[in-house]
Amino acid sequence: MSIIEIRNLSVSFASHSGAFRAVDGFDLTIAPNEIVAIVGESGSGKSVAMLAVMGLLPWTATVTAERMRFGQHDLMTLSAAERRRLAGRELGMVFQEPMSSLNPCFTVGFQLGETLKTHLGLDRAERRRRSIGLLEAVGITDPERRLSAFPHQLSGGMNQRVMIAIAVACRPKLLIADEPTTALDVTIQAQILDLLLRLRKETGMGVVLITHDMGVVAETADRVVVQYAGQQVESSSTRELFRDPHHPYTAALLAALPERAQQRVLPSIPGIVPGQFDRPAGCLFTPRCRFAFDQCRKAVPARAGAGLGRALCHTPLVAGTPQPQGVPA
Amino acid sequence: MTALVEARDLKRDYAVKRSPFVAPTTIHAVAGVSFDLAAGRTLAVVGESGCGKSTLARLVTMIEEPTSGTLKIDGNDVLGVDRALRQRLRREVQIVFQNPYGSLNPRQTIGSTLEEPLAVNAIGAAAKRRATVHAMMARVGLRPEHDRRYPHMFSGGQRQRIAIARALMLQPKILVLDEPVSALDVSIRAQVLNLLADLQSEFGLSYLFIAHDLSVIRHIADDVMVMYLGKAVEIGSRRAIFESPQHPYTRALLSATPVADPEAKKERILLQGEMPSPFNPPTGCPFHPRCALAVDHCRVEPPSNDLKHGRLVACWRV
Repeated sequence: MSIIEIRNLSVSFASHSGAFRAVDGFDLTIAPNEIVAIVGESGSGKSVAMLAVMGLLPWTATVTAERMRFGQHDLMTLSAAERRRLAGRELGMVFQEPMSSLNPCFTVGFQLGETLKTHLGLDRAERRRRSIGLLEAVGITDPERRLSAFPHQLSGGMNQRVMIAIAVACRPKLLIADEPTTALDVTIQAQILDLLLRLRKETGMGVVLITHDMGVVAETADRVVVQYAGQQVESSSTRELFRDPHHPYTAALLAALPERAQQRVLPSIPGIVPGQFDRPAGCLFTPRCRFAFDQCRKAVPARAGAGLGRALCHTPLVAGTPQPQGVPA
Repeated sequence: MTALVEARDLKRDYAVKRSPFVAPTTIHAVAGVSFDLAAGRTLAVVGESGCGKSTLARLVTMIEEPTSGTLKIDGNDVLGVDRALRQRLRREVQIVFQNPYGSLNPRQTIGSTLEEPLAVNAIGAAAKRRATVHAMMARVGLRPEHDRRYPHMFSGGQRQRIAIARALMLQPKILVLDEPVSALDVSIRAQVLNLLADLQSEFGLSYLFIAHDLSVIRHIADDVMVMYLGKAVEIGSRRAIFESPQHPYTRALLSATPVADPEAKKERILLQGEMPSPFNPPTGCPFHPRCALAVDHCRVEPPSNDLKHGRLVACWRV
């Protein structure tokens, strides 16, 4: 059975100028031992969707969903106390900036031990023993000494390892990693991704990897979900997505990567992601799409079948050419 | 052909006081780097954080002076020149910073931001300057009628265009680009890279392109310099570096860079640990504690940059 199942999740924020829908119709299912990447540019709603799962959104946010199930728990009706028992124990999360997500006032050992004490109720000696083991597992040398170090005494890569150690301390069923390597150097990034893959193998946890780096996706994820302006525009297996992207946005995103470029001029996507006030009426990608036609400006597209990457497009691409789907010519 | 920028054994030290009770220690942020940058070419500098690449940018833009070594710009040694010539040289080298959110004054309209370099150098009358500003805005893909707007009204990609426009106002010959696209989203990054390529061929600019993203460097660079702990470990043409990297660090860096192709098979060289602290650099070759090929000799004597396999490599084992 899948670890988590989300159907039609929407998040909107109340603001002075009306409601802003940050996430619109988000679906996600993750099986044990599976890594699913959520890709998208800043403002595409990828972090907000996962914060909704964790229940970490501010009070200005309105969350609606047809279904949001984690294991046996319904996340929509969960009480705050039940949620606190779940988060950190069965649901782990690693945040983007390790330097700002650890508490600067407490030692690394204290912060690690806090999780173990709250969720597992271990005694002091046992906590220390487990903390050392965890730091060792995430590849920190000299773990006994590091337990009494403060976050500012460690490098970014070290802090990120500590974050991961805290997130996996109670052997979660699902780990949500929000841009876990964006702030790090490539050699450290390689170490951290390697670590995530190894922990996944050892514990069989599911992983949600939020990133904007297509390279990271290609090397680690089993499946990919592409987000654009709050909507899920495509989702398929990693291989399929890179071989034959079906949504024009995915195709353009892949074509814009320098390593895939054939000539000096990169095929770039004109314009920027629409904001709160300039949302087009039909398909949200219309103003930047190469293939847009009248229908795209008027009507919101329907989702294509699984064979076409569930692309949110009137004319999903196959091998780079739009395929009309019963659209009147 | 003479090089526009010629650096020989460039060094920059900083005295750092770590505690009030300990004598200040010296760290070598740039510890002996030599390179040439010819007109119209792009030299990319790669390395991890703390390897001294941003210090190098500050040296080339004359924000700081080298502790030792020579830096010649357009044939003039920057240490020996008089005030007037230094002022002229400073116009020739301009810089674009990494974070377009931090490098533009939020309280200044972009029209006046762009006009400032001209006003400071007393170039042209006010009306003429404004016309130049509008022409430059159009050139980098901004709408000239937006010159009364403030930076917060622009997106990240547009701000980076503004920063590039500002750097080009004085018609420099050399542009130092300090991670110009690493803060931008993928679709915007391609737009800015294309703009940089266009501007280079139009104005014959030389780029010193600092980045940590190897896929970007592979796309834009003519020559590549790989830095580690203040030293250049490998310098060569883009082909030499990407197709047959020689230094073990370059190889590890290349293998650690994710490739956007799930079917690509490649060997992973995972480096152990992190870059050593510059307060306490290792003896001998700075890379030896993380190097798989290190032998006793590497721990004792630092290697020099020698010409091997058609590029300069600092390694005993190549």
